[in-house]
Parts: sequence; structure tokens; C-alpha cells
Amino acid sequence: MKPVTRIHSRTAVLADENIDTDRIIPARFLTTTSREGLGKLCFNDWRYLPDGADNPDFPLNRPEAAGCAIVVAGRNFGCGSSREHAPWALLDFGLQAVLCSEIADIFRNNALKNGLLAIVVDPAEHRWLLDHPGVELAIDVAGQFVELPDGGRIKFQLEPFARHCLLEGVDQLGFLLQRADAITQYEHQHEEKAA
Amino acid sequence: MTAPRTMTPRTLFEKLWDAHQVAPETPDTPAILYIDLHLVHEVTSPQAFDELRTRGLKLRRTDRTLATLDHSTPTLPAGPDGERPYATPAAKAQVAQLETNCREFGVELHGWDSADRGIVHVIGPELGATRPGMTIVCGDSHTSTHGAFGALAFGIGTTEVGHVMATQCLLQRKPKTLAIRVDGALPAGVGAKDLVLHIIGQIGVDGGTGHVIEYLGPAVEALSMEERMTVCNMSIEAGARAGLIAPDETTFAWLKGRPRAPQGQAWDAAVAAWQTLKSDEGARYDREVRIDASQIRPTVTYGTHPGMAIALDAPVPAARNAVEQRALDYMQSEAGRPMQGTPVDVVFVGSCTNSRLSDLREAARVLRGRHVAAGVRMLVVPGSEAVRRDAEAEGLHEVFRAAGAEWRVPGCSMCIAMNGDLAQPGQLVVSTSNRNFEGRQGKGARTVLASPATAAASAVAGRIADPRAYLTEAAA
Repeated sequence: MKPVTRIHSRTAVLADENIDTDRIIPARFLTTTSREGLGKLCFNDWRYLPDGADNPDFPLNRPEAAGCAIVVAGRNFGCGSSREHAPWALLDFGLQAVLCSEIADIFRNNALKNGLLAIVVDPAEHRWLLDHPGVELAIDVAGQFVELPDGGRIKFQLEPFARHCLLEGVDQLGFLLQRADAITQYEHQHEEKAA
Repeated sequence: MTAPRTMTPRTLFEKLWDAHQVAPETPDTPAILYIDLHLVHEVTSPQAFDELRTRGLKLRRTDRTLATLDHSTPTLPAGPDGERPYATPAAKAQVAQLETNCREFGVELHGWDSADRGIVHVIGPELGATRPGMTIVCGDSHTSTHGAFGALAFGIGTTEVGHVMATQCLLQRKPKTLAIRVDGALPAGVGAKDLVLHIIGQIGVDGGTGHVIEYLGPAVEALSMEERMTVCNMSIEAGARAGLIAPDETTFAWLKGRPRAPQGQAWDAAVAAWQTLKSDEGARYDREVRIDASQIRPTVTYGTHPGMAIALDAPVPAARNAVEQRALDYMQSEAGRPMQGTPVDVVFVGSCTNSRLSDLREAARVLRGRHVAAGVRMLVVPGSEAVRRDAEAEGLHEVFRAAGAEWRVPGCSMCIAMNGDLAQPGQLVVSTSNRNFEGRQGKGARTVLASPATAAASAVAGRIADPRAYLTEAAA
């Protein structure tokens, strides 16, 4: 994973609560065996009209949302399935961060492992962000704050290890592989007990 | 060997967590948690196998890994030429990829030629691969199902699937605990699906976020294993990491004699160990919720997430905001009117929530001697080859066919609608599955989650119907 330290972008807002992983990427597209190229399918059934044209009611299709890398989403974003295709699709679509007052556990975990900043902010600040689409934000991973245009800051917390991995581009599988001896030792004790 | 007695009473979750720590969590690092059983299917594994290949890694414990085909597989049988009717070439290629990956990495695959193939969360328990005290993961959110056996079981993403393949471990922060105590007894004609839909309706679609739920109380203890699986299965629909039920005599009796269950003396030793797997007197949970089972009626969803659930004869609540109004509009549900009586187009009985033998019996009990209403299409999809065999041995398939329903080959089918089994835009589906998200069962399809009895009664009536009248008549 490439390090992620700071993201600077205008925001787009997807205000709906409970945007589930089926909305982020419908299940019928999960027959892929690759993690590439899912951006064109991101939000497919919301983003396109039945005739394939862009749906003007989909907030990310509006001209002012073009190029936005930060989405402010309604509460409980990413609920539903464990499909990692959801963060893969969002990243490939061009998003780098989701700000929300609550994010579903598995989605948040998957997102952070892929360098998509899934950030929980407190409800009052979340409300303000929902009400101000297009605001210019800078997200600082090391400092754990979102900087507003007037210099004001919204604080957030990332799980310390996830933050460390984002900043340093740590390979988590490599981290686990380095603990092979401890794993082997655990297996010996554990399997003896079970026998 | 018994662990030294600690002074602090522990919850069942804490016992499972403590027993699987290769390394405990610190402020800087998550715990390294050992995984006893890794279940694998075709959809969320190919990119993880690729990762192993790219890094030149082996799969660490093939004996702790079990694969099956379920999501992308057709539920119509192979044609005379032996060709299976895959929805797309991509679906066929994905299945072939899992077959190749399992051969290359030495993983036991319950594929097309296996007498045990089926939905991953149905076959794990059936084979006795799922047992109390284990940690179980799968690249599938409904892994929570296995918590019914007192195992810590949860869904993971594909990156973590790769971690488990390579190291048999995961990096995890300790979740919080939520006790849901269900007092009283479920009334006649009200089942586990009604109970869990009611619970999610009460605590909300995010009511369990960050928590492992333990279900306790007399109404939970009274549930069969199949019913416990239905309840734990839907824990994720309240956002919970996992659901748990302490193992007891019901659990032991269900597991005894299954292919992977211990035998003889090993069985006795295992049961003795499993009997300690319950929350200690005085153990503290982060949150507790109480539910009165005696007040629950047949329950269905009326909106576009499983938290929008209500008794089928109760008025649909008014929308509290624009998102809820949009959900009602999508569903064509009307505030103030009950869901009962809503015209139905499709009925689906199946999925890891409700495709076990007892679920099929429940549906058959309603359908026996009756017929699916004109214009309604009904699909019955058993959860596994074993369920299919058992159901056919007692003639359930003939009950379904005589009633005008389609009897299919095992798989996830219309729950996730990625194999070609799907509803058309605007159609209303009464479904025994677990998610009623927009488009889940086909673009524009409207899903109403329900029990197998409610689904079958609705198929007969052609409208969402209370199953209790049908169950009483069938029993008479």
C-alpha cells in the first residue's frame, strides 16, 4: 500500500443514511476475479438511468462534484456485505476519503486496508459537513484533523495501527508474516490442548 | 489442561477472544487473533489467492480451510450436454478459478462433484466443521451464522482472507459486547426469523455496530440449532461484528456424529470443554437490551433495510425523514397501512438465513394441499446437497412442485441475485433471505423479508399473509 498522509479536495455529499454495499457496487458485478476497473460500476444503479445515461439526480454526477475526492456520507455508510469490491470501486472511481458520523465495521476495515480514508467525525460536525457540500477540506492523517477553509479544525481518531500503516505504507501481511514463530508456538499449545 | 481460574467473571465472547490471542492488543497494535476455521467461496477469494501467488506464499493450514461453490452457481441443473446454465461467462470463469486455486493450494473444495456442496454457512455446521469454542471467518458477512454454536465467527474482506490464508491469523481490535436477553416464549406460529427481524427493528440497522451480540434468555435457549443459526445469521444486519449463543445440550445433540465432530472419548472430552463456554455469573457487557418474546407477531420489512421491520398486521410507520420517505416510495409501502394484504409477485424460500430442512418443512406445512396463487412465481432453493437429499427423502420437493413452486439446486440464488435468479424491476418479492436493500434481488426489485411460513402463506394468498391461519389449518 502506498502511504497516505494528506488529502486535499472539495467535498461532495451523499446525504442518504445507510448507503449499503449493494448500492456502492451491485452484487451482479461481483463475478470478477480482479480488483481492477470497478470504478465504472461504482454506484451503478444510482448513477445511471435505465437507458445508460447519467442520472442527473445522483449527487456525484453534478458538475460541481467533478473531481471531488472526499465524500461526506449519511450515517452508517457501507453497511451490508463484506465485499472489498466496495472500497476498490470507490477508489477506482476517484474517491480517497469518506467522512461520516458512523461507518459500518467491515467496510471501514476494508477501506483503511486499501488506503481509502474512512473517517468518523462527531455528529454535530458531520451535520455541518452535510450542509456544506463543495467545501474545501484538507485531511491530515498524522495530525488526525480535517482542516476547514477558515483554518478551523475537525478532530478525528483513527485506530493507531491503521494510522501507522497509512502513514508508512505498512504491508500488514508482511507484519503478520514476521510473527510466524509466535503463530507456530501458539499452534503447538492450542492444538495440544484440543487433542 | 484447564486454564487457571481468573477472579473476574468473563462473558462468552471474552473467553473465546482470550483463548485465541497469539499476541494481545497494545495501544499501538491490534491483537493477533488465531483463526481455527477459514471458509472460502468463489466470490471473495480469487484476489487473495492471487496475492499468495504474487508473493510466492503457501496457504498455511489447508486442514483449517474449507471451500465451496455457492454464490455464482446456477440453481438449474446441468443440461443433457453436462453444461451448467451459468448466468454469464464471468460467473463460469469465477467458479473455474476457485477450482483451479483449490487444486493449486491444496484446499478441500466441495464443488459440483461433492455430495456436501452448498451454501458456505449451511455446510460448515452440517459437516461438523463448525464447533463450539472456535474462531471462524469467511469473506462473507453472514459468517455470523456460526455463532449459533458458541463460536466467534465473523465476516472479513478479501485482504484479510489473504492474511488468514498466509498466516491463519488476523489483526483485530477487541470489539464491545452487547447482551440481548429474550424473555418469555415465542407465541405459536412465530419463529426465529420473526424474532430476529423484531430485534433489528428495535435496536436498528446500526444498533450492533462495533459490538459482538450474545443472545441469552429462555426464548433463546428454547430455539433449535437451525433457529439459532437464523438469529445469529442476521446479527450483521444490525451492524454487529458477530452473534453468539452459548452451546448447550441442544448444540451437542445436533453436532454428535457429524463427519468432522470428535468421536468416542474425544467427543466426551470436547463436550466437557464446551460446557464451560458460557458467560460467567456477574460478567459485564458494554450494553444490554431486553426483548419480550411473548409480544412478537409474524414480522416483515416494509422499507429498504432490515431495521425497517414491523409486525405484518401493524401499520407502517410514517417516514421521519426524506431517506425513509424515499424507502417507502421505493417499496410502494404506505404509512398507516399494514404490509399484510400487499400483492406479491415472487416468493423466495432459501439463503443462509432460511434454507435448512426445518425451514423447508415450515414452508411445506403451509403449502401441502394448497397451490401458489395465479401470477405468483415461487422458488424453493435448498441450502445444501444434504438438505436437498433429506427434503426429497421426505417428499418435500413433491409438496413444492404440486403447489406450483420451482424446486432448485442448492446455492445462494435470489438472496444475492448474482447467478441469474432475480426479480424484475418493480416486482415485489417476499423473501426468506437477509437483505432488503434497493436492487438486492434485481434492479428495481422490492424485497420484503419474512419467515418461511409467512413466505409460503403469502405465495398461496398472492398477498402478504399471516401464516398462523394456514399453520393452524394444516395442523388440524
